[in-house]
Amino acid sequence: MTARRSSTELTQELDYLLSPVLSSRRTAAPLADLLAPLPRPQQDFVLHWVEVIDRSNYEMAYQFAAAAPAALAKMDTNAVEAWILQALDTYDRDGLYRGSLVFKEIENYLPAAADAHAATFEQHAPVLELYACGLAGRRLQLDVAAEPYTDTETLFLPPRIAQFADAAANFNLYKVIITLLWAQGRYGTFHTDIISACAAYADPQRATTLLSHFETLRLESRIATVLPGVARDLARLRGDTVDPRCAVLQDPAATVQDSISLLANLYDGFEIPTLPHHTALRAEAATTRNKRLQRERSALAEALAQMLPEQAADKSPEAAADRIEIQAKPAPGAEGDFDVEVRLDGMPMAPPDHVAQLLDSILQDLGEIPDDYLQAAGPGNQNLSADDESVDENKTIANDDSGARLYREWDHKRRHYRKDWCVLRELDVSPVDNGFVENTLARYRPQVAQLKRSFEMLRDEDRLLKRQATGDDIDFDALIAGYADLRSGMELPDRLLTRRHKAERDLAALFMVDMSGSTKGWINDAERESLVMLCEALEVLGDRYAIYGFSGVTRKRCEIFRIKRFDEAYDQDVKQRIAGITPQDYTRMGAAIRHLTKLLNEVDARTRLLVTLSDGKPDDYSDHYRGEYGIEDTRQALIEAHHAGIKPFCITIDHEARDYLPHLYGPVNWTLVDNVERLPLKVADIYRRLTA
Amino acid sequence: MVSRVAPLSAKPLPTELRHIEAEPYYEAVAGEIALFEAAYASTLPVLLKGPTGCGKTRFIEHMAWRLKRPLVTVSCHDDLTAADLVGRYLITNNETLWVDGPLARAVRAGAICYLDEVVEARRDTTVVIHPLADDRRMLPMEKHGELLQAPPEFLLAMSYNPGYQSVLKELKHSTRQRFVAIEFQYPQAALEEKIIRTETGADAGTAAALVRLAQMTRNLKGNGLDEGASTRLLVHAAKLIARGIAPAAACHGAVSEALSDDPEMLRAIDEFVSSVF
Repeated sequence: MTARRSSTELTQELDYLLSPVLSSRRTAAPLADLLAPLPRPQQDFVLHWVEVIDRSNYEMAYQFAAAAPAALAKMDTNAVEAWILQALDTYDRDGLYRGSLVFKEIENYLPAAADAHAATFEQHAPVLELYACGLAGRRLQLDVAAEPYTDTETLFLPPRIAQFADAAANFNLYKVIITLLWAQGRYGTFHTDIISACAAYADPQRATTLLSHFETLRLESRIATVLPGVARDLARLRGDTVDPRCAVLQDPAATVQDSISLLANLYDGFEIPTLPHHTALRAEAATTRNKRLQRERSALAEALAQMLPEQAADKSPEAAADRIEIQAKPAPGAEGDFDVEVRLDGMPMAPPDHVAQLLDSILQDLGEIPDDYLQAAGPGNQNLSADDESVDENKTIANDDSGARLYREWDHKRRHYRKDWCVLRELDVSPVDNGFVENTLARYRPQVAQLKRSFEMLRDEDRLLKRQATGDDIDFDALIAGYADLRSGMELPDRLLTRRHKAERDLAALFMVDMSGSTKGWINDAERESLVMLCEALEVLGDRYAIYGFSGVTRKRCEIFRIKRFDEAYDQDVKQRIAGITPQDYTRMGAAIRHLTKLLNEVDARTRLLVTLSDGKPDDYSDHYRGEYGIEDTRQALIEAHHAGIKPFCITIDHEARDYLPHLYGPVNWTLVDNVERLPLKVADIYRRLTA
Repeated sequence: MVSRVAPLSAKPLPTELRHIEAEPYYEAVAGEIALFEAAYASTLPVLLKGPTGCGKTRFIEHMAWRLKRPLVTVSCHDDLTAADLVGRYLITNNETLWVDGPLARAVRAGAICYLDEVVEARRDTTVVIHPLADDRRMLPMEKHGELLQAPPEFLLAMSYNPGYQSVLKELKHSTRQRFVAIEFQYPQAALEEKIIRTETGADAGTAAALVRLAQMTRNLKGNGLDEGASTRLLVHAAKLIARGIAPAAACHGAVSEALSDDPEMLRAIDEFVSSVF
């Protein structure tokens, strides 16, 4: 067994790891003294995590090192890891102060860890997110809050539930609460302004709580028609029979108005029972809903305008409103669902997916598509100011600086290119030698082995070659033809065998990695880990590949970072460059795509793939790139790539990707990886499927 | 030159020409039956697009029955060559004997030839599909030295699932632009319930719950699932339920496990099941 590290050794290690947050007054020595008595595996564990947390924030790493000995005394390493993850999540979400509090206030965390039956949000979030998404059809975010409520876009859930002595029952309560919060949005709790309905009472707080209770009862019977399983759970949680005064709410046709009038009758003298699935009603719901309605209304107007036939003279939203008719009827038998019929000039047509989703979302909010809904989406199109900067300036830059290249950019408002608009430079990522690749491989060892196996299968895909001079089986077709030749007096040909041959994968892939500032922290880690896994897999496969990062600030400083060129081997330099990928600035995607298209075009391969790893929309500092302009330019760049015979594909972690990626990459040439932590495991797999 | 059809008298081989006697159950979703009939009358080939299990194969069977034409179905795979479709020589009694492939047989019989999942086939199959799918309507049988002219009753149909993400399995434009495309989607809730009930005799409640389950899984498409539950899977689940399997177990086997291997996804789908039943 390796000997435990001495205090001096530890001081050295920590000095190295934590140097940015150490000073003459705050040294590593006290930390080292605390860690010195620990057994070697625990010391290694702490140093490993200090190094990991370093990547997010040095101060967080320091706080962890300070709290670790106490934590290890009270919890096993699994629980400590969970604690670290929670702290890092808090840091990612709420910043350094709150994040370091989790490390400092370890006492608050301990009771939670101790109770084995408790269900934590942390632990169940992946399943709960899938559940909510399946339930709602539109993307609902999940997050934690002290008391469950919804603003109709995010469902807030308690961080942990330990009401029951049974883990499954605690998880089930999460599920019930999610269903209830979803039902509030779906079945019209927010169709009226509930907060002002309660404001008139002497104790608005009590009124809101009471109303929430009534709504829970009302929604229970609504839920019973579509999700009887959950309704049974609700009834069980509620316990005894419903107060006969509330009977009116048990009619599935009851609305929020019935709850409000019941509130007026029962405000005095109704004892509110404490239910495990109590949810709060908050004013945020109304504001969020109104914002969403506005947003979706203009999105719908625009989407409908795009549905007009190609040759339509007038493709404005007004023209669309005149020619397109939408009818939504409650679907027979399916409570709360609608049959939507879209007609163009009286002819029924199938709306594209994104329109259908918009309509569904609007119907969930309003319960109908009002007649005037298609009219007047409001003026959203202010003209872009004319070129404020001259192109000549760019040319000067390009001439001065030999490495710079100029790329055009698509201006969708003007419907033509701005020539030589972006100045792009290729830079090298400075290699970092911190054992990142080795650590990643160690962490994912079983997965890497599995990945390699699955890629080997792809490589070994056989192909039957016919009419071969050598081979392992008779080619009957050739033999018969040869036999006929022989009979007619010709010579028997010698190519009469079949041979299995490994398929020639004539494929070159270029990976374009988002290095924008928004990837800072976990996303950057996940991206780098993904690249490591990908390289391992691709080395097995033998496909030609290159990796480039992209970022930049404004059109005059677009940057492409070389990580691995096509003609470079996956060697130590490449590994250290992967480790050295650091978040930079913004994402001006158009120029990057144009440049990489050019690089990819110089490679001779039958199939050329451009795979983008991204975390959000194209974006740049100040000059209009954000929003539609950036999206349209990116789309144009992708169309150019497509014309050049390149297949673009996008892997994203942006939950809103559905809103714009189909427009950029087409309906199927992109994929969303929900969970950043899974990215490293997924990317290689997606590539395998893509090229299988 | 168009050669005359030579009858195969020497050895009649078993044929996969299928005459469909009983009406295959099919519910029209939109105008697809009329469109297909019009395409057939105009001797235009047809491409059926849509996700798996939404009724493409059933539709073609129904149309074969409706048009009273025999049906030849070829499931395409990645070793399927042009020769497999057109035909080849076999040796018998020191003689070579030409045997028609399924496509050639379908052309001779004026049948409907359905190439299922055509993108899976080898690229060289396009050589025989192309001349047959445009106004020439000819099947060149190079090895046999014959050029087969398709009779007006013959129809070429193929299916294609545009949801595949593989760049190597895209239908080439030169191929797809020869076909009249009919798009298939999952049917609306009420219709899908009706289909499940007719196919399996399930009661209204079970059918409604299954359709709701399917919708929830379809909501997850692109969020962890490549495809939502197809109508076919719902029919499977309903059949198991009809045999007395508990809904949770039936749906786990027929739907959850069929959709995903991911443990979290499986749990989420099972939670849907426990919610809708």
